[in-house]
Amino acid sequence: MSGIVATIIAKYNYWIYICLMMIGLYAMITKRNLIKKIVGMNIFQTAIILFYVSIGAKRGGTIPIIEHAHGGQSHAVEAVHYINPLPHVLMLTAIVVAVATLGVALALAIRIYNRYRTLEEDEILSRIRGS
Amino acid sequence: MIWELDMAILTLVLFCAVGAITVKDLLGAAILFGAYSFMMCLLWAIMGAVDVAFTEASVGAGVSTVFFVAAVFRTTRRTKD
Amino acid sequence: MKKLGLLLVILSGALLLYATVDFPLWGDPSSPASLHVSPRYIEKTMEETSVPNIVTAVLADYRGFDTMFETTVIFGAGVVCFLLLRVLGGEEGDHYYRHLPTGVTIHVKGAKGKSLSGEFERIDMLWTPYDLVIKTACRIMIPFIQIYALYVIAHGHHSPGGGFQGGVILGASVILLAISQNLRTALRRIGEKTVGILCAIGVFIYAGTGALCLALGRNFLDYAALASVLGTDPVTARSHGILIVETGVGIAVMATMIWIYNNVSSAGRYDEGL
Repeated sequence: MSGIVATIIAKYNYWIYICLMMIGLYAMITKRNLIKKIVGMNIFQTAIILFYVSIGAKRGGTIPIIEHAHGGQSHAVEAVHYINPLPHVLMLTAIVVAVATLGVALALAIRIYNRYRTLEEDEILSRIRGS
Repeated sequence: MIWELDMAILTLVLFCAVGAITVKDLLGAAILFGAYSFMMCLLWAIMGAVDVAFTEASVGAGVSTVFFVAAVFRTTRRTKD
Repeated sequence: MKKLGLLLVILSGALLLYATVDFPLWGDPSSPASLHVSPRYIEKTMEETSVPNIVTAVLADYRGFDTMFETTVIFGAGVVCFLLLRVLGGEEGDHYYRHLPTGVTIHVKGAKGKSLSGEFERIDMLWTPYDLVIKTACRIMIPFIQIYALYVIAHGHHSPGGGFQGGVILGASVILLAISQNLRTALRRIGEKTVGILCAIGVFIYAGTGALCLALGRNFLDYAALASVLGTDPVTARSHGILIVETGVGIAVMATMIWIYNNVSSAGRYDEGL
């Protein structure tokens, strides 16, 4: 019984990440509104960032800032005691780039709205074919 | 690394994400996306990724929500799905 | 279309769920990702760079190329927003003014080049009430937000924070000014040209530090070469080099956030914001 609970605890995170990723993908594929598509793209991005960060988590580890760093005598630092910092570094830059791409995507959406006065994909297509 | 808290917030994140893509009002979607980002930030703080949590709190929950609201203000709140 | 999309999503989701069987358990200290590159960073960062926050050290020193090109991507995004949205040319059309002592709003048609001054204050086309509380509260808060942002940049070696976070908070303080007053007030404080130049200066500081290291006879972005310039030992020089590039990142990110906000919120016309 406890084995099942332990498995659920250990894997629940991954299941939720996959659910989030699929929600984002579904929004990008089937939603007709451009802003909704952009929200879906951001949900997809954060799901993948969450997956990367959770790879680095360590049970019993502390945050990756070395303790008592400038406190007199030096002592050996062991990797087991600190959470893996490498995924954090990679994802930190990814978040800031995500907001930059969000800005570009919204700029494109505003340009499309100014031209066709709508954000719905099917109405834009019918206006392109109609005119 | 408190797994009970982790699971509770993961469930809330799922609800926020579903809400953000199903609500029929773009301003509501932008605000729900801000809530989603803030839940993400809490999740990363639980996992010990403090730098990532700080970045998400300032970028995801702060600036990108403002960008969404600005874009909705310049376009329209109406959506069909 | 909807059914096809749902089918596709469920299919790929099921495949990914099947793949989780092989994943390491959540929080497992001996998972493959924690065994290879990262122990080297955790154990050697303190003696090689004297920076306690490992994330900052890896971000700006060990993986400096990565961060430099990320900064370039952010700069590119700011430029693209400008090119897509900015409408050049004189601002024309109707202006609205509020007479401050009486609160009367007047409407000036075709006010090209003319502007009322003195007791009149220009307001946005949409109805804007005279918000004394919001304006005063934001005016008091903004300097503290900016000092906090500078602290985040400067203290990134010892606590969570660094150039990205501090830069975003600095940009957010200017965005708060633009929301609480109006876009024209924020543009008078930090103009369009200033923002563009600051954006480029941030990237230049980062790349220039790397080029300086190259000129001093070491590899690109190897801050130990700065020891002779700064007058310190190589380990401290690496710590200072990280601070210099973090400042560059902070300037670039701040300017880009303001730039994108200005363009998106006014749809490129730079007259009326959110």
